[in-house]
Amino acid sequence: MNSLIRNTARCLRSGAAVYIPRQADGRVWTSSARFLCAAADIQKALGDIVQKDKVVVFMKGTPAQPMCGFSNAVVQILRMHGVDDYASYNVLEDSELREGVKAFSNWPTIPQVYFSGEFVGGCDILLQMHQNGDMVEELKKLGISSSLLEAEKESK
Amino acid sequence: MLPSVLRCVRPVSTSLSLSRPLAHFRPHMDPDPSRPVERSIRTKLTDQLTPDHLEVHNESHMHAVPPGSESHFRVLVVSSQFEGLPLIKRHRLVNEALKEELSSCVHALAIQAKTPEQWGSNPSLAKSPPCLGGSRGDHTVEEKLKAGRE
Repeated sequence: MNSLIRNTARCLRSGAAVYIPRQADGRVWTSSARFLCAAADIQKALGDIVQKDKVVVFMKGTPAQPMCGFSNAVVQILRMHGVDDYASYNVLEDSELREGVKAFSNWPTIPQVYFSGEFVGGCDILLQMHQNGDMVEELKKLGISSSLLEAEKESK
Repeated sequence: MLPSVLRCVRPVSTSLSLSRPLAHFRPHMDPDPSRPVERSIRTKLTDQLTPDHLEVHNESHMHAVPPGSESHFRVLVVSSQFEGLPLIKRHRLVNEALKEELSSCVHALAIQAKTPEQWGSNPSLAKSPPCLGGSRGDHTVEEKLKAGRE
């Protein structure tokens, strides 16, 4: 069951490449296979997902094509700081993921951002962190140097 | 399925029904002047966070939902209860106060949570980003709109 979750999670992950794992008989794991998973499995899968990558975003749409203004704002903020390589999960593709992540984070809305497995917040919080300089600091803690910091250094 | 206990509160407006017998019959497309969800949000935030300043803005008209919806809100809460709390804890307090609305008819909630000092030094309301139409055809949003109408 866990490998099913891992595979479907990989399918949902969007970014530079979309990986659709296939079984030996050619069947494709898709997010629809998720209906077999119990809610507890999704909670466990989410626990793994948020730990796997430094920056994880649950959003509507994809970074290339956001489907919501708030999700897009998160993508744009991360892009401004030069954070382009992160895990993103499109909740519009999977209603169990959508409800599961809200329960997991105890947070009622999407988008949701995780840094090193810790829930940071949604669009409003990310925007305020960006405006007050906290974003640069938080990214530094992740070992990511914000490109805004680089730009500032260059201008001095 | 939404539990009935979480249905949004709609106050009974008896005075309105006396003066206009058909006032209760209102096609869902018309804006509801009583704005029950907005009033409920305002009441709960006032009761639970005792704000010095509170703004509740219905931003549904900026999104891909029918006119008169009460599904997308922006709130600005200025309260000394936020002092010493990081943003995430402040937002969680607001979410907790509005958990009934958020689990039934409110689909999006933009939050600004400031201390009186922060509000004093920067008394401005943030603007929501432009809608990208994600609510259109979204089954979850349709359920919430239905909950708001009931």
